[in-house]
Amino acid sequence: MAKSKTTRKKGKVTKMTSATVVVQGTEDDEEELHQALTEDVISASEDEGGSDDERKHCRLLEAISSLGGKTRKKLTERSEASIQVSEFTVNAEGEGDKINLSDLIGTLDKAPTALTATKKQLKNLEHNHTALDTPLTRKETEQIQRVVAFEKTSKEVSRWQSVVVQNQKAEQLVFPLNQEPSGPKRMEHVVSGWKAQTPLEQEIFNLLHVNQQPLHNPVLTQNEEATMKAMSLEEAKIRRAELQKVRALQSYYEAKARREKKIKSKTYHRVQKKVMRKEYLKRFDEMVKTDPAAALEELKKMELSRMKERMSLKHQNSGKWARSKAIMAKYDDGARKAMQQQLEVNKDLTMKLVIPTNEEDEDEVAEALPDFVNDAEPILDPINPWMRGKLSTEPAAQEESNCLVPPAAGPGDVKAGDGPDLLREEEEQVEETEEEAILRGFEERRKLRRAKDAVEVAPVVMEESEEMPTGKKAEMVTIESSDDDDEVVEISEFTSLYRGLVKDHVEPPVEPPRAGADPCVSQGEGPALLEEGLVRVRTLEDMELLGQDVSACEPAPQTTQTLSTEQTEPQSATKQADGKRKRKKMIDPNEVLTKEAKVIKVPFAPTAVEDVEDTDEQRFIIKEAFAGDDVISDFLKDKKKQESAGMPKVVDLTLPGWGEWGGGGLQPSRSKRKRFRIKVAPPPPRKDQKLLNVILSEKRNSSVAAHQVSQVMFPFTNPAQFERTIRAPVGHTWNTGNAVQKITAPKIVTQLGAIIEPISREELVKGENQAVTGKSNLRSDQGPQQKRRSQQKKKHKHKKN
Amino acid sequence: MAASGETSLENTHVGKKKRLPKRYWEVTDEEGKTDGKKQKEDHVQTPKLTDPKIKQKNTRGPRTGGGNVISGKSDQFPGSAPIPNEKLKKFKRGEKGKLPPRPHHKLRDAVVRSEAATELAQKQNARYDLLLPEDAGFLEGDEDEDTCTISQDDIADAVDITSGAKYFNLVLSQFGPYRLDYSKNGRHLLLGGRRGHVTCLDWQSKQLMCEMNVMETVNDVKWLHTEAMFAVAQKKWLYIYDNRGIELHCIRKFNDVLRMQFLPYHFLLATASATGFLQYLDVSVGQEVAAVCTKAGRLDVMAQNPHNAIIHLGHANGTVTLWSPNQKEPLVKMLCHSGGVRSVAVDKTGTYMVTSGMDKKLKVYDIRSYKPLQSYFLPAGASCLALSQRGLLSAATGDVVQVYRDVWSSPVTKPYMAHRTKGTVWGAHFCPFEDVLGVGHAEGFTSMIVPGAGEPNFDGLDANPYRSSKQRQEWEVKALLDKIQPELICLDPGQLSQVDHSTWEQRHQDKVQALGFDPLAKEKFTPRLKTKGRSSSGKVEKRKKQVAHEDQRDVIRQTVEDRMKIEKERKEKENKEAAVAGQKSALDRFRK
Repeated sequence: MAKSKTTRKKGKVTKMTSATVVVQGTEDDEEELHQALTEDVISASEDEGGSDDERKHCRLLEAISSLGGKTRKKLTERSEASIQVSEFTVNAEGEGDKINLSDLIGTLDKAPTALTATKKQLKNLEHNHTALDTPLTRKETEQIQRVVAFEKTSKEVSRWQSVVVQNQKAEQLVFPLNQEPSGPKRMEHVVSGWKAQTPLEQEIFNLLHVNQQPLHNPVLTQNEEATMKAMSLEEAKIRRAELQKVRALQSYYEAKARREKKIKSKTYHRVQKKVMRKEYLKRFDEMVKTDPAAALEELKKMELSRMKERMSLKHQNSGKWARSKAIMAKYDDGARKAMQQQLEVNKDLTMKLVIPTNEEDEDEVAEALPDFVNDAEPILDPINPWMRGKLSTEPAAQEESNCLVPPAAGPGDVKAGDGPDLLREEEEQVEETEEEAILRGFEERRKLRRAKDAVEVAPVVMEESEEMPTGKKAEMVTIESSDDDDEVVEISEFTSLYRGLVKDHVEPPVEPPRAGADPCVSQGEGPALLEEGLVRVRTLEDMELLGQDVSACEPAPQTTQTLSTEQTEPQSATKQADGKRKRKKMIDPNEVLTKEAKVIKVPFAPTAVEDVEDTDEQRFIIKEAFAGDDVISDFLKDKKKQESAGMPKVVDLTLPGWGEWGGGGLQPSRSKRKRFRIKVAPPPPRKDQKLLNVILSEKRNSSVAAHQVSQVMFPFTNPAQFERTIRAPVGHTWNTGNAVQKITAPKIVTQLGAIIEPISREELVKGENQAVTGKSNLRSDQGPQQKRRSQQKKKHKHKKN
Repeated sequence: MAASGETSLENTHVGKKKRLPKRYWEVTDEEGKTDGKKQKEDHVQTPKLTDPKIKQKNTRGPRTGGGNVISGKSDQFPGSAPIPNEKLKKFKRGEKGKLPPRPHHKLRDAVVRSEAATELAQKQNARYDLLLPEDAGFLEGDEDEDTCTISQDDIADAVDITSGAKYFNLVLSQFGPYRLDYSKNGRHLLLGGRRGHVTCLDWQSKQLMCEMNVMETVNDVKWLHTEAMFAVAQKKWLYIYDNRGIELHCIRKFNDVLRMQFLPYHFLLATASATGFLQYLDVSVGQEVAAVCTKAGRLDVMAQNPHNAIIHLGHANGTVTLWSPNQKEPLVKMLCHSGGVRSVAVDKTGTYMVTSGMDKKLKVYDIRSYKPLQSYFLPAGASCLALSQRGLLSAATGDVVQVYRDVWSSPVTKPYMAHRTKGTVWGAHFCPFEDVLGVGHAEGFTSMIVPGAGEPNFDGLDANPYRSSKQRQEWEVKALLDKIQPELICLDPGQLSQVDHSTWEQRHQDKVQALGFDPLAKEKFTPRLKTKGRSSSGKVEKRKKQVAHEDQRDVIRQTVEDRMKIEKERKEKENKEAAVAGQKSALDRFRK
């Protein structure tokens, strides 16, 4: 900008007035371009009315320059003469251009010397930018101020960030901060302070020294030593004695005061008061001489108390005592005298004090003061509530509170009398508000509940109304069907058991490869069996037990085979559908309790007498043994029953007679039955699926669930994390006392009776250097130095990694 | 104590190689071994020069903080003493998990902190394990001599006098076979003869506390939480006496009790009756906690799992059922024998269950997975199984008591010890914290020495055999404060520390079950009774319908209102749009 201006000044000063061009560029990097451009334009404007080519060329240049630039104001030229110039298309030339001071005197050619001088002056003027900028608007300045203030405070506050975070993270915070560590000291501290004095001690020390026991230098810092010195025992004792004395004196004084307060004699009190007054006056007189300022204060106080008296109804002869005295005055001289006295007092008190100079002063002050002083609450007259701008609903309370406001507000008894009242009233108010709040809360809750009920009820009713009939019908149907099902299940169970017994007869011829493996142990069963061992060493007893089965294992004779096939054929015909599943699930009773038994040799056999008893017992046992198969099959039946009870029932919703003929003996069609049978998803596999000889209850144990955590709390994102953190017991039964203390240490420890100051700036400075308040508990038996070292070590390790 | 037998046995029977107690500077870790050796060598050869490695260690060690050493000699054993790995393993509580990722710094902090606490506790426990110095005793025969052939008299002669005095017989032939129970700290013995003789005594000093005849059949006797009270299951009712034989209670709710078990941490007395009922009595408040009908006939086989307070019952159909007071059906039903079950015992850790049945078999089960581990065939069968604190099993066959060692891990072919009593064995119990097996039989009581049976180190705060009466009182108060509620009895005692994964419905169901009603249910309308024939069933029905219709009407009204509102809003919006789109011209007024 500046450059372009200067060029113009040098070259074409004279022609400036006729044709100047607006140049408005803002960015510095575009400066040169601007310069070139302006020159072009100027040249174009110089030969006005020149050829069109030049003008076109100029336009072209313009267009090109406008292509490269971001947002540039169009340079326009004035083509028509008019007073009103449209702001959009045509510019008044030289409109936005700054006019140089020297331009103004460009036409004054006649006095060149004077001109140059003025020019110089103007130039100087131009150079020193003493002219003030236009002030920013209030809004802008405020905004700037706000921004600056925000930055400043945020910077200030963010300095605390690390401390805050540290304290949040800290395992334990000990308040007040900056505490001396209490408790037992390290060995080195104790030893270093101690010196061998007695010969015995010296000898022992020498011995230790000779043996070269590892002892370390004291680790006391200067600060620590200073603090140790500061806590000398004598000083503490003296201090304590002083405190004790003060306390004792105080108690004596209190006792005395109490005693005196209890005295009921009026005369005594009167005399006492008089004495006090006298003393007071005496003191006041002295004070006037010695300390006039304090005396003035005192005077003010007196004045205040007088005004209070005046305002109160005391000594108005309206009290009970005064009235009784008035009645008595006719007859009693003493009473009359007392009344007189009181009236005098009253007169004294109610007499208006006229202090002319003071009033004038006040008036003057009032005139001198501007109006706004009265707007707010300058307590000019602290006693008079009416002088304050506000009116309150409870003038009495206000008055009382006003009495309390000024620092020199009357004697102590007034305060003592009024304070509680005020407090009580405030309390009442608070109570009222509390009650109101509670009531409001109830109301809101009730409303909420009502709303919720309404919301909840609506869909429920609809559902009920819809589902009621169908549900009933469904139940009816399912009852019927379940009966059927039970029968079916029973039959199938029986058949399966039967088949289990007969299977061995049937299967070998039908499936030769499968029979080849082991006819006794069907391999299709669960892997638990396989784990228990396929090789079954048969004891004599087992042979007895399972005699029939063993015989069945042998290659079956033809007759039995045919018989079995005959038996199985009709069954398979009727229940082919679920027969397959049943067969798959069927458990061979032979496979339960297959653990091989080891015979133990006992050194002495039971005595003969026992043997006699045993024979009986043995018979029983044999009987039991023969019944053993029954035991097993009973158990299996029981298990099956449990399993089937756990399975969800198929819901049959078929309605006979809809869409087809109904009536006795007519079954709904198969397609319909198929359509309206709702199959429920099978439950998760049973826990005892693979344990043949075990039935595990699938019932939920809700009694423990009541004590379990049902939702994982905040920092944890999944139950496993939470469970892992509570996996170790905390109590004394499982841990050492020391560990328990450390594990269950409270998060915040405060010293009883100590004042907890807010954290100070020094703390912050310290905090920037090292960890201040956070005290790690769990790196147990190490000192603070060590801790730091271990942390460093860790860091080191990290680096290595 | 337990180790006393072993000390004197050393002369007669060669013991296992006894390890010397480890000192803390003996580094046990394999990585530390070389270090330790080097240290030693250095120490021997050049005491002044220190190994560079050690030096480095010292500088890192915690105690050499200042660097300057007064005496000029460095600490030989810097840092805290190392803890052997197997001890650390002993006190390991669960697996350490992976740390959560960094962005969850709060979570990470919590996890890290809890891990640190766990580790600290583990380390301290391992370190303090040093304070359990006693070893268990054992018995070992000469070459080709079976330990089971060593008679009790031989053992009693060989051991010291106090230990030898623990083998004794009480001849009580008059009042029939005896059942017995030791108190929790193993100090007191309670005997109950079938024909009514009940006595309790401090068996070590043989001091009789009380003796009486209840003049009734006695089925079982059991100490309660202290030696001040015991329960006796008599012919009809359950009675509770104090240690002077004064009857405190007769509990009529508990009838025909055959077997009893006391759960010490729950203060529950579990009883199994001839009528098939399993009942729980809270002895701290004297209330019946639960009564479960097992539907399994006469219950005369009973055991408790000390690990989780589950009661095991054996039945005549060869099954063993597991019960808790919180469930009316068995938690687990196992088929153990092809004949009836004669006896059941569960070991202290709650891992193994030993059963014996009519089929003369003795089986060992892992009751965490319910799988059989071992099966033994005893020619004469076994009854009265008992497991000691250290896992010795005693089984009685007729009048012979056999003790087996380690029945679960490796198959056993012969007993560890055997002893013939004078009569048929009726009850057997190992004495806690003592190497003693008490056997009650038809002719009285026999206390036999079984080296290695008892736990050598007792927990003085839990069961202290040497406690004074003052300590006992204190313990009682503490135990009552620490009492575990019966609701917390479940198969897996660690379940409490797991998050409940149940759904809202399940929880609601539990709530309904606990309260007895559904708190969220809508109350049903019941029409008021009116007189003068206005409460006829028809009228009542009508009123009901009216109410139902009214409710329905409300719902419908609400929905209609909502719909109207929506409609109105829609219309307004449309109108506005139309107004914006087609501005009215002045000529629109003429449009029709």
